Amino acid sequence: MSEKTREYKVDYLARVEGEGALYIKVRGGEVVDVKFRIFEPPRLFEAILIGRMYHEIPDITARICGICPIAYQMSSVHAIEQIFGVSVGGPLRELRRLVYCGEWIESHFLHAFLLHLPDFLGYDDAIQMAKDHPEQVKTALRVKKIGNDIVALLGGREVHPINVRVGGFYKVPTKDRLYHLKNDLKQGKQLTIQLLEWVSKLDFPEFELDYEFVSLKHPREYPQNEGLIVSNRGLEISADEFEEYFIEEQVQHSNALHTYIKGRGSYMVGPLARINLNRDMLYDGVREMLQQVGFPQPCINPFMSIIARVAETLYAFEESLRIVDEYVEPERPAVEYEVKGGRGCACTEAPRGILYHRYDLSPDGKVVSAKIIPPTAQNQKRIEDDLRIMAPSIIKLPRQKAVWRFEQAVRNYDPCISCATHFLRFELDEE
Amino acid sequence: MGRKPRLAVFKFASCDGCQLSLLDLENELLAIGEALKIAYFLEASRRVLRGPYDIGLVEGSISTPHDLEYIKEVRQRCRKLVTIGACATAGGIQALRNWKGSAELIKYVYPTPEYLETLDKSTPISEHVSVDFELRGCPINKYQLLEVISAFLAGRAPNIPNHSVCVECKLNGNVCIMVAKGVPCLGPVTQAGCGALCPSYSRGCYGCYGPKESANTAFLSKHFIRLGMSKEETIRFFHQFNAWASEFRKVEKEVV
Repeated sequence: MSEKTREYKVDYLARVEGEGALYIKVRGGEVVDVKFRIFEPPRLFEAILIGRMYHEIPDITARICGICPIAYQMSSVHAIEQIFGVSVGGPLRELRRLVYCGEWIESHFLHAFLLHLPDFLGYDDAIQMAKDHPEQVKTALRVKKIGNDIVALLGGREVHPINVRVGGFYKVPTKDRLYHLKNDLKQGKQLTIQLLEWVSKLDFPEFELDYEFVSLKHPREYPQNEGLIVSNRGLEISADEFEEYFIEEQVQHSNALHTYIKGRGSYMVGPLARINLNRDMLYDGVREMLQQVGFPQPCINPFMSIIARVAETLYAFEESLRIVDEYVEPERPAVEYEVKGGRGCACTEAPRGILYHRYDLSPDGKVVSAKIIPPTAQNQKRIEDDLRIMAPSIIKLPRQKAVWRFEQAVRNYDPCISCATHFLRFELDEE
Repeated sequence: MGRKPRLAVFKFASCDGCQLSLLDLENELLAIGEALKIAYFLEASRRVLRGPYDIGLVEGSISTPHDLEYIKEVRQRCRKLVTIGACATAGGIQALRNWKGSAELIKYVYPTPEYLETLDKSTPISEHVSVDFELRGCPINKYQLLEVISAFLAGRAPNIPNHSVCVECKLNGNVCIMVAKGVPCLGPVTQAGCGALCPSYSRGCYGCYGPKESANTAFLSKHFIRLGMSKEETIRFFHQFNAWASEFRKVEKEVV
């Protein structure tokens, strides 16, 4: 065969959050270059934060991402509470879990049904898909709305909620108010079960790989706000140790820093990693559903992450129902604390995977330095590695199909490029 | 019936939250898809139809040399151009760089700053091209977005109130938290649109909808100082998501 060079390019990736591009170069049947480029303009959040007060951090970092603002608020309040030496327990902890469940539901359903599913069924978007599958799309939108309603009830609004603060909330709902959610939650659970059955029957491209999966792990619950960072290859560290084990590097073709595990390389975070590492912490009903639909344990086909997203949504509904049932209105909307200086680190499970925040505060509570590593920055290197490994078989497809398949492979990770770019910080090299 | 009007959604430096509002209109989304042809909306569709577009929604601020040129092209392709959200209408939170300049900040974030191309300032769309309507908010109110789209389709002016958050607070029946509890609140100088969300949740408004028309920031900042805020705290309070809006920007000169 000749040394013919072929290029596969997607200049503006669609159905992802933010601006990215794909570039794959093939010479004589061999893949010579793979780039998942992020060209979203940098917004320099970590620099903007310097000099701001600790209590502004949750509101400012929420603006990194319109899709998962709760994740930013949760990682930041936990890091700051570590500095102040307070822990938020009881009903306030439960409410944080509930608002996070709301975000998982809306974010997972946005991605699974509006952004990812059209790839499997061959539509450009969900609105066109709705012409042939109106019931399923309407059902998915209904479920997504229930997730948004949870966030809006506890946070004030769906995008950039205003009610989360260091120590808890500005205002907590009455038992009665929360109880109003119950019928919707029950409905959401039933609808999610139907959709889980449906997405499990999709035609999944054959691809399996021995990934290193990374997620939080908690001894008593499916992980969200607390736990150690673990992997299927023996990693087990606290958030304080994150920067000793995970390294960031800047590459010329991307406005987002790449992350890898020291000495090992790329890894996967997100729903597939979480579900593989924490399947025992799901409710029995969710586990049984997964078994019934034939979801492998572990699942190492990234195209099946869509099932993991819907299964986690089902978990989020079960968990929300439990929280609503057991809720007792706390005496105060937030615990009291004393402002102190120091360093705090926290990792929480954003819909797309672990989100790391680290802050140094001055004694009067001003930000001295900040570091934020979002899940998409962590998955970025993994995405490129997937494309490289899949490329030899994908390029056998007709050109248009090949390009589409490459896009679908990127969407397996639900990349949030807005997030990835806005952080990417690092301190200047030691010298 | 003639051809369906074409809608396009463009993104500049932003968090995606405002364009997401369109997808968060879960009950209305399919009807919007019926009424309009979604011709260019990358976050939602890989189908790209060529312009010109009847309505172009623009999210995000101008912060790179590329975007500075691109916005002019976008303007040419849209009959009506509507900017959505604080980034597009005021430069957004990333406009906090405007005081220090981006060069110093980039060094802080990226080890090899030469790889990046950014401008020194993050600026609103209206500084670069003419804009037919500005919809405020960080994030925008999705129902206001629906109103703006409907208005342009009907060829009428959008019905978006420009009074202050205080009016919404009164309509909600809230007790004024600044008067009753001494909580600093930007409500008196901030444009309505959120439904007085923060005061309804027992916290002071932090101005995500930006300055209302003829906002008396000088008086309010004096009041904050009377409430016990320092000069620095007062300036910082105004310098958040709409910091570069001229009425909020000038507070640093008003506080003495």
